[in-house]
Amino acid sequence: MLKIKDLHAGLEGKDILQGINLEVKAGEVHAIMGPNGSGKSTLASVVAGKEEFDVTRGYITFENEDISELDPEERAHKGIFLSFQYPVEIPGVSVTNFIKTAINETRKSKGKEDMPASEMLKMIKEKADMLEIDRKFLSRSLNEGFSGGEKKRNEIFQMAMMEPKLAILDETDSGLDIDALKIVANGVNKLKSKDNAVIVITHYQRLLDYIVPDFVHVLMNGKIVKSGSKELAYELEEKGYDWIKEELV
Amino acid sequence: MSFKDKLLSSYIALEDYLEFDSPLHDVRNNAIKIFEQKGFPTKRDEAWKYTSLNSLLKPDYCIYSNKERNVELKNVRKYFLHEIDTYKLVFVDGVYNSFLSETTHDSLDVCLMSAALNKSKYKPVIEAYFNKAAKSDSLTSLNTAFTKEGAYIHIPAHKEVEKPIEIINFSTGNEAAMFLQPRNLIVVGENAHVQIIERHQSLSSNEVLTNSVTEIFAEKRAYVDYYKIQNDEPTASLIDNTYVSQQRDTVCRVHTFAFGGKLVRNNLNFFQNGEHCDSTLKGITILEGKQHTDHNTLVHHIAPNCESHQDYKGLFAEASTGVFNGKIIVEKDAQKIDAFQQNNNILIDDKATINAKPQLEIFADDVKCSHGCTIGQFDEDALFYLRSRGIGIKEARALLMYAFANTVLESVKIPELKVRINKLIANKIGVSLGFEL
Repeated sequence: MLKIKDLHAGLEGKDILQGINLEVKAGEVHAIMGPNGSGKSTLASVVAGKEEFDVTRGYITFENEDISELDPEERAHKGIFLSFQYPVEIPGVSVTNFIKTAINETRKSKGKEDMPASEMLKMIKEKADMLEIDRKFLSRSLNEGFSGGEKKRNEIFQMAMMEPKLAILDETDSGLDIDALKIVANGVNKLKSKDNAVIVITHYQRLLDYIVPDFVHVLMNGKIVKSGSKELAYELEEKGYDWIKEELV
Repeated sequence: MSFKDKLLSSYIALEDYLEFDSPLHDVRNNAIKIFEQKGFPTKRDEAWKYTSLNSLLKPDYCIYSNKERNVELKNVRKYFLHEIDTYKLVFVDGVYNSFLSETTHDSLDVCLMSAALNKSKYKPVIEAYFNKAAKSDSLTSLNTAFTKEGAYIHIPAHKEVEKPIEIINFSTGNEAAMFLQPRNLIVVGENAHVQIIERHQSLSSNEVLTNSVTEIFAEKRAYVDYYKIQNDEPTASLIDNTYVSQQRDTVCRVHTFAFGGKLVRNNLNFFQNGEHCDSTLKGITILEGKQHTDHNTLVHHIAPNCESHQDYKGLFAEASTGVFNGKIIVEKDAQKIDAFQQNNNILIDDKATINAKPQLEIFADDVKCSHGCTIGQFDEDALFYLRSRGIGIKEARALLMYAFANTVLESVKIPELKVRINKLIANKIGVSLGFEL
C-alpha cells in the first residue's frame, strides 16, 4: 500500500529525514517509536503532504502511484488520513459542518454527488456512539476550547467518518487518560480491516497494548535504525533508547 | 472652480430658500463657516493620514438632484431584506421615494427629515436633539449646513419596535456624478428597542460621493441595534459620520460590514453620558482590487461603570488598503470602566496594506482597558489541517476566513440578515460552503 524509499526531507536545506525506507501493506499495523526530535512527526507530515517540507531525495508511493508531488487534499482523496498531534481550532465551524465539508469535498473529487443528509446523519450518529461522543459535542466549534483528550477523540471521529485506507496516528495517545485511550484504541480497532493499514506514532508502549502492532520501528536522527515485532516496544519501554544507540556504534 | 468653492456658492443659493426664523438657520450658518475655514481634510490632518480625499474631489458633482427618479422595485428588490417585514425609508439620489418606502406614524415615527424640519409638531424634538451629538469637524459641518433630507426616526418610551427599519440610499447616476448628503436623526426613548439597517447603493457606474451624518440618541435603558452594509460599486465612495449618544443603562451596538466601494471612511463615535452603558462596535472588512476602507472609531467614556467592546476583523486581497484607527478616551470621573478593543487583520496578497493604530487616552485610575492588534497571513498549519481532510485550498482558505470573521458575525441578531451577510461573504471570497454558520 505505502512504500517509502530512501526518503530525505527537511526544512530550509537541512534534512530531518535522512533516508527512510518503509513498506506498509494492507491489513498491517506499524508502530513508529523514537526519542523527541528524531523526525516522527516530520515523517507523518511529509506523507500527508505538508508543503513546508522539501523532499530532496527518494519517493513515496501509495497503491503503486508516486504521490510525492500531490497536494495534501489529493492525498486525502486517495485515502491517506493524518490524525494530528496538535489539531487546529476553527471557531465558528461546527464539528458536524466540518466533517460534512470534508466528506463531500472528497466525494466531489471522485465525481460523486454529496452524501444524502439522512445517510450523513446516520453515519455521524453511529460513529459518535462508537467513540462515546456526546451529540452536543458535535455542534461545538471545531476544536475550540476542547480539552486535549476531546481533540484527540475528535480526530479519531473524523477518521471513522472518512474511512481512510491508511491512517497515521501522530501521538494520538498524548493527553489521553486511560479510559479515553481505551475508547480511542477500541475505535481504531473496529475500523481496522484487511484492506486498510495504520501507522501509530508514539513515545510510549502503553497505546500499543490496545492497538497491537505487527511491526515496531525505531526512528533516530531521521533514519529507521531498528525494526522488530511488538516485543521491541516492551524492550524500549523498559530500557529506553540508549542501548540502540550503543548497538549502532 | 474647486469643489469647495462650488459648495460654498451653492449654500448661498440654498439660503434663499430657508426660513430665517427657523431654529436651524443659525446652526446651518455656523456649520458652513466651519467648513469654509477648515475645508476638506487632507493627509496633513492626523486623523486623515492614511486616507486621501483628493481624487474624490475632482469630479464635477451634481449637488442637487431636482427630479424624482423612477427606480423599479424588481431592479432593487435584492438590496432590501425582503425575506421579512420591515419599515423602509428609501431615498433615490437624495430624494425620498414613497413608492419603495414603508413609513409609519402609528405609535412611532419612521419618516422624513424634511418633514421633521418643516412641521411644528416635531420642533421640540429637533430643537432638543438635532446636531447635539455631532462634532463640528469640517465634513460633519458640511452636511449640517446642507441638511435637507434623510431618515427621522423617533421611538417613544417603552416601545419595542416589532420589525427592523431599513434606511436605503440609492444613487442612479442619471446625473454625471452625484454628491449626496443624507442626514439621519434617530431618537430612541426610555426603555425602547429598535433595530436599524442602513445601506448605500449605487445603481450605475457613475461616480458618487456620499457624506452622510447620522445622530443616534439612546435615552435611559434604551436598546439600539444598528447594522451598516457597505457593499457598493467600485465608483461609489462613502464618508459615514455616525454619532451615538448614550444615557444611563443603555445598550448600543453598531456592526459595520465593509465589503467594498471605492473609498469608504467610517467615523463612528460613541459617547457614554451615563452610568452602566454598554457599547459594541464590530466590523468585518473584506476588500479587493484597489478598494480602500478606513474605520475611525471613538469611544468616549464620560461616566463610570460602563463597558465598551470593539472587534474589527479585516481581510485584504490584491492591492486593497485598510485603516483601523481606534480611539478610547476615559475621562477622569469615568472609573470602573471596562474597555476592550480588538483588531485582527489578514493580508491575503503581497500588495495589500493595513494601517492599524490603537489610541488610548486614560485619565481615570481604576479602569480596565485592553487592546490587541494583529496583522498576519493565513496560518499555514491550519490550512494544512483542513487540506489533509480533503478540503481543497480555496475552500480551506474560505473556511478560515469564515472562522476569522465569526466573532463578529455571531452577534448579528437578525437571522435573515445574518444569512444575507453570509452570502455576501461567500460571494466576496468566491466560494460557497454547503452550510450556514
